[in-house]
Amino acid sequence: MTRLFPLRAWSAILAVTSLLLVVLPVLHLAVPETSPLHVSSFWITLVGKFMCYAVVALAMDLIWGYTGILSLGQGLFFALGGYVFGMYLMRQIGRDGVYKSDLPDFMVFLDWKEFPWYWALSDSFIWTLVLVAAVPGLVAFIFGFFAFRSRIKGVYFSIITQALTYAAMLAFFRNDMGFGGNNGFTDFKRILGFPITAPETRTALYVLSGLLLLGSLVLARWIVASKFGRVLTAIRDQESRLMFLGYRTLYFKLAIWTLAAMMSGIAGALYVPQVGIINPGEMSPANSIEIAIWAAVGGRGTLFGPILGAFAVNGAKTWFTVAYPELWLYFLGLLFVLVTLLLPRGLVGLAESLRSRRTTSSESATVLDAKPQEASS
Amino acid sequence: MSEPAIHALSGSGEVTGYGHVLKQDEVDTSHGPILYLEDITVSFDGFKALNQLSLTIERGELRCVIGPNGAGKTTMMDVITGKTRPDTGSAFFGQTFDLARLPETEIARLGIGRKFQKPTVFEKHTVFENLELAMKTDKRVRPTLLAQLSPPQRDLIARTLKTIRLDGQEHRPAGLLSHGQKQWLEIGMLLVQEPELILLDEPVAGMTDAETDRTAELILELEGSHSIMVVEHDMDFVNRIARTVTVLHEGSVLAEGPMNVVQNDERVIEVYLGR
Repeated sequence: MTRLFPLRAWSAILAVTSLLLVVLPVLHLAVPETSPLHVSSFWITLVGKFMCYAVVALAMDLIWGYTGILSLGQGLFFALGGYVFGMYLMRQIGRDGVYKSDLPDFMVFLDWKEFPWYWALSDSFIWTLVLVAAVPGLVAFIFGFFAFRSRIKGVYFSIITQALTYAAMLAFFRNDMGFGGNNGFTDFKRILGFPITAPETRTALYVLSGLLLLGSLVLARWIVASKFGRVLTAIRDQESRLMFLGYRTLYFKLAIWTLAAMMSGIAGALYVPQVGIINPGEMSPANSIEIAIWAAVGGRGTLFGPILGAFAVNGAKTWFTVAYPELWLYFLGLLFVLVTLLLPRGLVGLAESLRSRRTTSSESATVLDAKPQEASS
Repeated sequence: MSEPAIHALSGSGEVTGYGHVLKQDEVDTSHGPILYLEDITVSFDGFKALNQLSLTIERGELRCVIGPNGAGKTTMMDVITGKTRPDTGSAFFGQTFDLARLPETEIARLGIGRKFQKPTVFEKHTVFENLELAMKTDKRVRPTLLAQLSPPQRDLIARTLKTIRLDGQEHRPAGLLSHGQKQWLEIGMLLVQEPELILLDEPVAGMTDAETDRTAELILELEGSHSIMVVEHDMDFVNRIARTVTVLHEGSVLAEGPMNVVQNDERVIEVYLGR
């Protein structure tokens, strides 16, 4: 345990986890609505949403912060996971739709008589659980294999991931894709038979999102602390040198890239029942860019940073889009520029440098020791 | 009809016409040199970087290669490591490995280690982690994810740290090392790969005199236990470590022999030493 995180980090994780996953749900479910201590379903949904975002930010940190692959299409994998789970939720509506048919309303509207073949497994909850990770994982694997094998790197890779999510968005906009066109899926009624808007269901989804975030953090930490993690950072810093040492970096990149897509897909699957809708807008390039901004603002290559960044940026977004909706995008752009210029290591880097400045005087000897012994040429 | 068909077998990779069993992945030098280049020609847009170059290196030999700029030294290293393919000629590692065909990573894995001119260590990783990454182990994804250093591997790293004179510095980020120390770390990263053949491209470029001295000691320590090819400009340094010297000129071998013989060769003096 202590090999993964130092004891202080574990106690911080424990404190935040118990606050978010025990105290908040209890205040939501057990405290009467009239009490000032009651936490409304607005907050449960909001924080639940943020925790799903934080999982994507963590995935982004693994591929961008640690491996140096800037994906500007991560929203696609999030949305694919969301769509797979949305299909299950559509089947759960049963005959309670507007047209009282076995088919979802949008299919009746299109005059379809039966489900397309790719909806075959959507009735099964177990299969849905498998597919929320497998579908984004498979798409990422195939795309990544060809992209990495062609040694597409840096900004070129970012651009084609952006194009990929844009192309997927356009495809999903089309009604005959069978995914509800630009309306996507909504009006969900039940999940495993439980009413989806019931406080207990919401709280369960919320707690699951928190556990997913906690599990993702521990998994990510285990990965970056392993030799595999050191290979990833070496890919980021000196890929050709690493190939020369006999590592076939293609497979390392493919592994972490696919894992990040699967994490994002699972997060998307938990996101959709909480917000009650999934549509192609989730695949818009802007969404994917925002994910990169969360990671950059929080601090790349720190794991905690991107989680913090996801909460901070989305918190700001929630407030801004209510108070000054027209200014939000300008603010987001400004934030990204400022962080890139002034805080290359994000909020976490800022906190670290503040802390080290405070302790500089007592540790000046060790700082001196860390300087190069001779000026390098 | 079931005679032992050692000589008739082909394509299995296990048995060769020499009638002895080879271990796969192990370089076979039982019938000759560890490195064998014959009539190698490489041209770039008509310019012949290598022109019918022939060169052999025996197991355990320390060979210095000198030559003026553009003589083809780096291109020769590129051919040996698979980075450049020869247009004609053959390049063999031991008896069996055709360097003109094998991919770069495979050649590295089979045991040819190369130190580049510019030290390229992983600057953000510590000295120890640099050696750990370089070490000869299973470098596929899953074994890497579950890798734990075994006691013999820790021993090897500790011994290497001593050899390259970086013991006590193993937890410093490699980016903080001096230029000379980075070069040694590079050599250390070669050593932990336990290569059969070590290629050192200008190992003392940019080093202080003291660092050059220690590098010479280091290379002489390795002689005998390793086959080494050193490409170097610094004649003092070559003088200190050289046994056999090969002089390259315009892509082919101009002279080869002990340092004092080569130094007195008139053609060599003309193109290189005389200046």
